Amino acid sequence: MKIFRRLLPWILLAIALFILPAILSDFRLNLFGRYFSLAITALAIDLIWGYTGLLSLGQGIFFALGGYGVAMYLTLNTESGAGGNGIPKFFENYGVDQLPFFWQPFWSPAFTLIALWLIPAIVAGLVGYLIFRNRIKGVYFSIITQAALMVFFHFFNGQQKLINGTNGLKTSTTELFGQLVGSSDMQLWMYRLTVLLLPVAFLICRYFTTRRFGDALIAIRDDEQRLRFGGFNPVPFKTLVFIVAGALCGVSGALYTVQSGIVSPQFMSISFSIEMVIWVAVGGRGTLVGPIIGAILVNYLRSLVSEALPEFWLFVQGALFIFVVVLMPDGIYGWFTGGGLRQLLAAFGMAPKSRTYPQLDEEVAALNDLS
Amino acid sequence: MTQPLLELKDVSVSFDGFYALTDLSLTLNKGELKSIIGPNGAGKTTFLDVITGKVRPTKGTVTFKGHSLVGLSEQRISREGIGRKFQTPRVFENLTVQRNLELSASPHKSAFNLLVDRLPVSAKDEVQRLMNYVGLSPFATTKAGSLSHGQKQWLAIAMLVAQSPEVLLLDEPVAGLTDEETVRTAELIKSLAGDHTVVVIEHDMEFIRDLKAPVTVLHQGQLLTEGPLEKVKQDPRVIEVYLGQADSD
Repeated sequence: MKIFRRLLPWILLAIALFILPAILSDFRLNLFGRYFSLAITALAIDLIWGYTGLLSLGQGIFFALGGYGVAMYLTLNTESGAGGNGIPKFFENYGVDQLPFFWQPFWSPAFTLIALWLIPAIVAGLVGYLIFRNRIKGVYFSIITQAALMVFFHFFNGQQKLINGTNGLKTSTTELFGQLVGSSDMQLWMYRLTVLLLPVAFLICRYFTTRRFGDALIAIRDDEQRLRFGGFNPVPFKTLVFIVAGALCGVSGALYTVQSGIVSPQFMSISFSIEMVIWVAVGGRGTLVGPIIGAILVNYLRSLVSEALPEFWLFVQGALFIFVVVLMPDGIYGWFTGGGLRQLLAAFGMAPKSRTYPQLDEEVAALNDLS
Repeated sequence: MTQPLLELKDVSVSFDGFYALTDLSLTLNKGELKSIIGPNGAGKTTFLDVITGKVRPTKGTVTFKGHSLVGLSEQRISREGIGRKFQTPRVFENLTVQRNLELSASPHKSAFNLLVDRLPVSAKDEVQRLMNYVGLSPFATTKAGSLSHGQKQWLAIAMLVAQSPEVLLLDEPVAGLTDEETVRTAELIKSLAGDHTVVVIEHDMEFIRDLKAPVTVLHQGQLLTEGPLEKVKQDPRVIEVYLGQADSD
């Protein structure tokens, strides 16, 4: 059993890397690639919400920033996509003949690879530090992050001349290493990259949650004021995890963008950021396995329901959320590890019920022996 | 005369015009054990809030080792060497007993240190010693949330000691404890005095007697009287405050 537990992550990794590509169609595999990339966002939200108690409703900002970073690089570096001035074609629609200055560094692949996590990290650091330094907590934190999300959404949505506004940037028709990013070959590589980066994100989150730093995060969640009286300043702790979560969301957004084929301001819609929180709640917050399960499961369910009954997904999602909040407050993973399955089986008489008074049972047995 | 370790001078605290403390002056010398009593609303907890930086005094000064504490953050004051135990035992319920103590015993409190440093062996030994001392060793890997009330009180005190402060401020350390636990807690606190400077806020007169410490009586945010318990108990003003409120109305 112990060996099995040690081997399980490797088995899952092998299944994702070798078996799924063999048995799934290109279309399905691409969907799984997206789920895995969204799982990275779920991990990030678990780090700040599940462990530190910061319910951010604005992680879409960082997700979209990562997505835009990679999309700008791809758009720039695709010759067929260039218009008359050697700059991306869409600029012509708006009469822009010079590349906006902030596009310039995205010619460089090295810069892009750093920017897609560093820029979200910097934005998260600034926003987080200002919020945490002013001791804004709880529901006010959630509201501010949502307000920030709306600011970013409206900015990106309205700036046609800078980043193609509401249309977003299409990546599926761009080229990388001389190949179409939307081609099935390229998509397989993107899938593999995602499968390898998800465990990396997992290990990063584990690094931040297992040592005394992680204990301090839980302490912040449970009683921040008490931690202050212990001589700790919670601000750097919270800012740091918010930065890490922002960076992870950036990577997640970049991976999602190349696999979904487009980045648009819709990545920063309010509902999408709330959905991210739902994945974590469904999977089980405060554990690192839970959010991965939640993100994959909810999104897989979404695909299935949307294919069968397109109008029904939102109802199903709402019902799922209510179901989990009411019946499984610790999420699916927390329910399993907390003995929920055994209780359920016991309720149907398929497993022994736990004894209310073990001592009494022994005494009754002793009495029976006597008689 | 040597400089007192902690000194409050003419401290007043007003919450929207209501004075929780009025011109309170109090000194605390190194190694002293002092107990503070007073009826509900006397300002006992506000007094601790002022020292630990939770509440800023409207007027007056608080000096520790000769420099002012007014305006410093809670964590700064804690690092200066003033530790506090709250009225209700505030422990981190989702951490195990050992991890609660290890967090408190961390010699460096920055985020970076907690991320990369291992806990020094000396701090680990101290954690073991404290767990033995308060009888929580068998519960080292139990989550603090599932301890009994008395055990939480002890864990809270042990966490405070692990912080190795010079001044310990204990707000009702025996609230909700059994008689036996109360006696043991008194022993524990007496053993801390000397090395530490200890202030105990309490309602329980038996416990105050066990401590054999000088008593300060607060009433309506003001210092009523100071002295040994037996003398204070004879003081007609104290009797009036505690028992004779009906007469004065």
